[in-house]
Amino acid sequence: MYPADFKYTRNHEYLKPLGDGTAFMGITSYAQEALGDVVFVELPEIGNSFNAGDEVGTVESVKTVSEYYMPTAGEIIETNAEIEAHPEYVNEDPYEKGWFVKIKINGDINSDLLDAAAYEAHIAVESH
Amino acid sequence: MAELRKTPLNAIHRSLGAKMVDFGGWDMPVQYPTGIINEHQAVRQKVGLFDVSHMGEIRVTGKQSMPFLDWLTPNSVIKLNTGQIHYTGLLNESGAFVDDLLLHKISDENFLLVVNASNTEKDFDWIVNHARKWDVQVTNESDATGQVALQGSRSLNVLQPLVDIDLSQIKYYWFASGCFKGLPVLIARTGYTGEDGFEVYCAIDKTEWVWNQIMENGRSHELIPTGLGCRNTLRLEAKMALYGHEINDEITALEADLNWMVKLQKGDFIGREALQKQKNQGIKRVLAGFKMLEKRDIARDHMSVVEDGRRVGFVTSGAPSVTLGFNLGLAMVPVHMKEIGTQILIEIRNKACPAEIIPTPFYKRGY
Repeated sequence: MYPADFKYTRNHEYLKPLGDGTAFMGITSYAQEALGDVVFVELPEIGNSFNAGDEVGTVESVKTVSEYYMPTAGEIIETNAEIEAHPEYVNEDPYEKGWFVKIKINGDINSDLLDAAAYEAHIAVESH
Repeated sequence: MAELRKTPLNAIHRSLGAKMVDFGGWDMPVQYPTGIINEHQAVRQKVGLFDVSHMGEIRVTGKQSMPFLDWLTPNSVIKLNTGQIHYTGLLNESGAFVDDLLLHKISDENFLLVVNASNTEKDFDWIVNHARKWDVQVTNESDATGQVALQGSRSLNVLQPLVDIDLSQIKYYWFASGCFKGLPVLIARTGYTGEDGFEVYCAIDKTEWVWNQIMENGRSHELIPTGLGCRNTLRLEAKMALYGHEINDEITALEADLNWMVKLQKGDFIGREALQKQKNQGIKRVLAGFKMLEKRDIARDHMSVVEDGRRVGFVTSGAPSVTLGFNLGLAMVPVHMKEIGTQILIEIRNKACPAEIIPTPFYKRGY
């Protein structure tokens, strides 16, 4: 449920590095389950740059709303138009069809990010 | 923190993989793995089963039950028929709500009041304290009573084979007593979804059995268990008030747009003086339904209605509408904003977002 080649934030975003200085980001399986049925994801403008920890947008579900944050410094180079028509992809397939944005990573990947094992330990504590 | 209270169906919810939440001190299923949207649509299109055993049941019996309840509550208990139910409330002296409730008339000397779970003790104390001078007995039967709500157009077909009452003869907001496969139950044609449906009251230790029987019989009708998440979106589309949102101890029945259940002419009742005065002077704020004009804007509870940069009202309930395809809500607004078509602004994350007052209920069933 938490791919080993991803990096994770404590706020439940994932970063999926592609090995060419770019990465996909979205929210984790744990996050989509906590939110419930997602109905809208506010996506940023392409070309905008963010620092690690900056608020990028919001995710609206039927019952609540949550902000999501940049896992590592970078520039938005693509947004997932598919989830505008199909926000349910965020619930059904958060890591493939349900990604939010593609970023060009600035500098090194944020060293505060968790690996899969550390993230699973983090959510085990949080969900207890 | 005190341990959460559990209904007799708690283990079933957990075995079904429900997401459990603290709902007013009760450990309740907000949704099953099906998800709120699918559960909402199941009730709108087919049928769903809710655990509502947490609701409170307070019985009032005795010679003066009728005049007592007629004085205690704003709706006309005198006019209610045996076997009939009406929506009413417990009002304070200001005409605002201690709670809202469904009042069932079993006989002239026996009434069942179904109240909100988290208000049960408060309501019971309120009723007992006001009953001192009356020849009535007040009993809190909540811990002895289980309740499930079968909701959706297929409800009658699911339930009928299990009971010895002709359900088609029970009108909306009426009830009957009978047997559910031999078990004594009370079946009311009520609900909190805007759909047809039945609420079944039984002995608490039989609730699990009743639930299982209904689920089993409902399989061929595509019945699914439905949680409190969709119960909220369903009731909002039907513009049914939720205590702590549309109504509370500061919002009067007139402000909550519930004039129809306030019978000012019937004689004295608690809150009448304040409501009569408010009616004469004219209310300053009122509950109204709105639709967000931008697809991306979703108003949420407590957000501000703004005018000239000032907070002039607030959202009482806001959500995406699953059935209607736009984002809607209810808000307490100044009366000059209440007319259909009025453009208002709701502040969402520091941005004033356009909305329009539209007719309510947002959803009305077509059968």
